[in-house]
Amino acid sequence: MTASVFEPWNDPEAKPLIHFQNVTKRFGEFTAIDNLTIDIYEREFYALLGPSGCGKTTLMRMLAGFETPTEGKIFLAGQDIAPVPPNKRAVNMMFQSYALFPHLSIWENIAFGLKREGMAKADIQQRVEEMLRLTRLEKFARRKPHQISGGQRQRVALARSLAKAPKLLLLDEPLGALDKKLRQDTQFELMDIQEKTGTTFVIVTHDQEEAMTVASRVAVMDHGKIIQVATPDRIYETPNSVYVADFIGDVNLIEGTARPTGSDTYAMSWHEGLPPLKVQSPNSLSDGQKCHLAIRPEKVAINAEKPADADNAVQGRILDIAYLGNISTYHVELPTGAVIKAQTANTRRIARRAFTWEDTVWLSWTATAGVLLAE
Amino acid sequence: MKRLSWFNAVSLTLGFAFLYIPMVILVIFSFNESKLVTVWAGFSTRWYAELMQNEAFLNAAWVTIKVAVFSSTLATVLGTLAAYVLVRGGRFMGRTLFSGMIYAPLVMPEVITGLSLLLLFIGIGLDRGVLTIVLAHTTFSMCYVSVVVSSRLVSFDRSLEEAALDLGCSAAEAFRLVTLPIIAPAVISGWLLAFTLSLDDLVIASFTSGPAATTLPIKIFSAVRLGVSPEINALSTIMIAVVTVGVITASLVTKHQVARQRREEMEAVRS
Repeated sequence: MTASVFEPWNDPEAKPLIHFQNVTKRFGEFTAIDNLTIDIYEREFYALLGPSGCGKTTLMRMLAGFETPTEGKIFLAGQDIAPVPPNKRAVNMMFQSYALFPHLSIWENIAFGLKREGMAKADIQQRVEEMLRLTRLEKFARRKPHQISGGQRQRVALARSLAKAPKLLLLDEPLGALDKKLRQDTQFELMDIQEKTGTTFVIVTHDQEEAMTVASRVAVMDHGKIIQVATPDRIYETPNSVYVADFIGDVNLIEGTARPTGSDTYAMSWHEGLPPLKVQSPNSLSDGQKCHLAIRPEKVAINAEKPADADNAVQGRILDIAYLGNISTYHVELPTGAVIKAQTANTRRIARRAFTWEDTVWLSWTATAGVLLAE
Repeated sequence: MKRLSWFNAVSLTLGFAFLYIPMVILVIFSFNESKLVTVWAGFSTRWYAELMQNEAFLNAAWVTIKVAVFSSTLATVLGTLAAYVLVRGGRFMGRTLFSGMIYAPLVMPEVITGLSLLLLFIGIGLDRGVLTIVLAHTTFSMCYVSVVVSSRLVSFDRSLEEAALDLGCSAAEAFRLVTLPIIAPAVISGWLLAFTLSLDDLVIASFTSGPAATTLPIKIFSAVRLGVSPEINALSTIMIAVVTVGVITASLVTKHQVARQRREEMEAVRS
């Protein structure tokens, strides 16, 4: 491992900043968090990703101190935080609704936490100005929250939660209220600020693109459990389950039976009369195990003729074409009835497009393009 | 401006006549020269001058204002706290019962409230006077404050309080620094409501007042039983004037605030 790569989770020596130890949270009959154990490291940008109701917000609220675990312990820098009330934690939160105090100016909003700390007046002045500079809000210091735009409010909320220089910043759907264009710009701004301040960020989002863009690691959650924690590229390229593969991006799932042909190579039989698919996959499967081949549409090539040297090639008929400007997605129906999506970049004008509806085409992909996932 | 159709104009005139003719007559006759209330004998302000000399009325007015200020303040504090607990306190045992009980006095006949307070004060040997009227008025106006404040609290974004806690406030500080300033308009209108309720209450005050302290409505009522005097008309006119000025001021202030907020929001959108 080289020093330039930020991967504390691969370093057995590294001490996590946050450690959840078998944490369970129940609300009456409903189990929001189910026996969950995770580590979050210092300076990490950790994304909790999942559909609504998966427990990601509960997890965050337990870190902030608004909920207490029913079972298990949460450690912050090695210290059990269960007895520490929210106002005494070195943790700050940026709320989904921003929760800006409407009766205070932007300046007073940012200074609010510092005043409660009993910081000296001159220091408060300096710190607030620093935060205003960081979030490019100098011009709006005197305004009230309702006098600024949504994007500016989002930055005020960020500045306010960063002002106390917390060890850990929690962001609850921080960009949910912004339109797409602004959201993309703000994502980069967030990453920039996270790097500049060196604060550990935990972000809750249901937007997988957002999680992939900003996070150093993504934790995919479902029904109170963590399904997979990995870097964005690993989550995307090697999901560990059908759930994760399906949740993150677009995916083709082909059902079949695995037969090992080497240490990490398999031949997956998927339809009678058709040759088995060659797959090289890191997840180990036993002989005859039911499985799915998960393959991303952009890794499926589409050709008029059967490619000579492809690991896998199947013939089909174009059912639908989704033209998205930069890319086109072809929905191709196989003789088995299954529909496979293949994506190509539109490097040529649409008039020069090679295929059209009802064309018979060959789909092909390499053995390493997809992964095998157990049922 | 659109002209009203004759039907609408007539309806409106009838409605307003019904509402305001009694008061207009009262105001007109308060400027009557004659001692006979129903006979017009020329314009005069002599009854206002005489009113200012009338020790009994002035005393009653002073008592009324004192009672109204104290009872509405006390009712506002108690009512706000009760509303806060009922809205924010979570699902504690008997919450539904409590929130039902706090609204019950709204529909309770005043005679019953007055009578039960009278029995209580006699029972504990409390001499009837300003204190007993203040307590009685607090009792019945508190629930009005509670209704006004809790309807504001229901629409209050909970995360504002959580943000205050998150930034280092204790629960009490969060209430003082964040919740209270934001719900202040509701608290103030609760206070005003309690104040006016106390100002014109006759039934409960007559049960709980003693010879030492008489409020203006009681004084007017008992004076009228001996015959309407032009002085009463003058006094009533002053009360109408005070209330009118108060209502108009309040609505102008609100209107101004709304207009300013809208203007500022428009500017924010443009910038």
